Amino acid sequence: MTALAAAIEGIGVLGPGLPDWPACAAVLAGARDYVAARTLLPAPEALPAAERRRAGRVIRLALAIGAEAVARSGRDARSLPSVFTSSGGDGDNCHAICVALAEQERLISPTRFHNSVHNAAAGYWSIAHGCPEPSLTLCAYDASFGAGLIEALAQVAQRQEPVLLLAYDIDYPPPLRSHRPIPDAFGLSLLLAPIGSARAIAQLRVRLCREPSSALESPALEALRVSIPAARGLPLLERLARAHSGRSVIDYLDGTRLAVEIQT
Amino acid sequence: MPTTPLRVTHFTATSCLGAGLPPMLAALAEARSGLTPCDFETVTLETQIGEVAGIDAVSLPRALRAFDCRNNRLAQLGLEQDGFHDAVEASAARWGRERIGVFIGTSTSGILETEIAYRAQAALDGALPPGFDYRHRQNSFSVSDYVRRALALEGPAASLCTACSSSAKAFASAQRLIEAGLIDAAVVGGVDSLCLTTLYGFHALQLTARTACRPFDRARDGLSIGEAAAFTLLERAPAAARDGAIWLLGAGESSDAHHMSAPHPEGAGARVAMQRALEAAALQPADVDYINLHGTGTPSNDSAESIAVSALFGPATPCSSTKAATGHTLGAAGALEAVACLLALRHGLLPAGLNLSELEPQLALDYLRQSRSAAPEVALSNSFGFGGVNCALLFGRAA
Repeated sequence: MTALAAAIEGIGVLGPGLPDWPACAAVLAGARDYVAARTLLPAPEALPAAERRRAGRVIRLALAIGAEAVARSGRDARSLPSVFTSSGGDGDNCHAICVALAEQERLISPTRFHNSVHNAAAGYWSIAHGCPEPSLTLCAYDASFGAGLIEALAQVAQRQEPVLLLAYDIDYPPPLRSHRPIPDAFGLSLLLAPIGSARAIAQLRVRLCREPSSALESPALEALRVSIPAARGLPLLERLARAHSGRSVIDYLDGTRLAVEIQT
Repeated sequence: MPTTPLRVTHFTATSCLGAGLPPMLAALAEARSGLTPCDFETVTLETQIGEVAGIDAVSLPRALRAFDCRNNRLAQLGLEQDGFHDAVEASAARWGRERIGVFIGTSTSGILETEIAYRAQAALDGALPPGFDYRHRQNSFSVSDYVRRALALEGPAASLCTACSSSAKAFASAQRLIEAGLIDAAVVGGVDSLCLTTLYGFHALQLTARTACRPFDRARDGLSIGEAAAFTLLERAPAAARDGAIWLLGAGESSDAHHMSAPHPEGAGARVAMQRALEAAALQPADVDYINLHGTGTPSNDSAESIAVSALFGPATPCSSTKAATGHTLGAAGALEAVACLLALRHGLLPAGLNLSELEPQLALDYLRQSRSAAPEVALSNSFGFGGVNCALLFGRAA
């Protein structure tokens, strides 16, 4: 079966008790205990003032993880095609619109409406960095990380240039929360490039498989992995954190999973 | 860099023009619109919509009842037309079910059911009504999941969600996965259905027209929202199989990086997307025989697109927007208008742009005021969405 391969040049992480990639790597490597804490989302400083005011949590999350991965690679965000993947997009905004539509007047603010598109975070990213390169936003429910990874790797193969992958989810407010119980905001970003990149920190090869998925050693992070779609990619980061070459299996669609071979 | 052409083995579309290709072809040939005054659900806006008839009567297969919502009923109605299901079965026999992907563009999926559920929640102590199913209705993946199961396919799948360019992007994504060797064929399409979010949302942005939309008319005042399900079957094909077929020749993508809901005023990103599609297909602007414009009928879109196409194409290039016939079907527009291009190539029909009185002066192309018989070899379809996300597709009769 065909494998898709790429070099990893940069990593960004933001989640509950995980303020950035080094902090996440320390926990994944067992060098530091996990300390639970609500995800702290930084202000989106890269955005012009008008857009900054309009940026909700999901946009701040996506902008933060993307900026970290790009900064660690030393590349220029302006030149990077991107793949954004999220199971639910902006749940706060979706809730607010549904509340407004349930009222007599049905008044939706223009900002609420343009932020309701699933690709809102990608739009803000392109404005923040003045990036005219193509951007794709997709959704595959719990398989969203895997679907985004496949798309980003196919883009690297087609374009023969670096591609930024951003996977992120935020929690829904009630009443949707009980129907989609994502506990908190979590995002993971990878800057992927063609094999042979001088900036590579590791290489990965991905193929479809039907084996059981890999669990994480840390019980706290394993709980995040199974409850937040974007965190399904953590087994891949565990190998990178431990500089432990080998094979992890991550969740994808139903019985189909992704076997990820990491070479550090 | 040039991409390998993919054979468009089969296609179908269902919109306010009718279910399946024959009524769509007839309406385009006769320059007829399917738009009607809005009486959708409890909506009280003065506007016109492109509503698909008969969605309420569609029933989903028993095993897939959890997916029951307007958007998936529309998907099911679309899949039942023009022998699409049989064509996918033949493809599955050729390649295997796990070698066929499903890539559907949608912008609002089954949000209508959530909107209605929120109205009931006040009476239910803040809880959503029993039977509310987030995964199978509201989530953006619902429609791709539904189509994959309804066709019993087992390959990779995703919903592509880039607003009004969603289902154009679906072609680009499928082409990449086929080229990368992960799959051999793909069901690529778009399904988007009427809901309150888009009707009231575009109204809030003052982008909806009170009467039927008038793309590229000097006095245009907004868009008319429609709904549609359009599907194509793309397959890897050897050169020997190329006679008489229609091909996806290339896709071009770009971002405006300008504004969330307004296009770049000179259509800079749109122009780059078209140039990249031409490069991917190894074609020149003069090779394009018909352009299906994005042409929503909003003042800003049509102005920016006019400048972009006029900078690239000569005055003799025939073009039109079919949105005055179908409405703007948002996440389904890319696939529905790809089908308009495929019909143009198959039947030699260049469809008229309706509701035009005085042409937008910045559009220096041959805008089709009447439908025309011709023998186009290459057709271009433009799609642009909120967030400044642009995609242009090229289809042709020869690979």
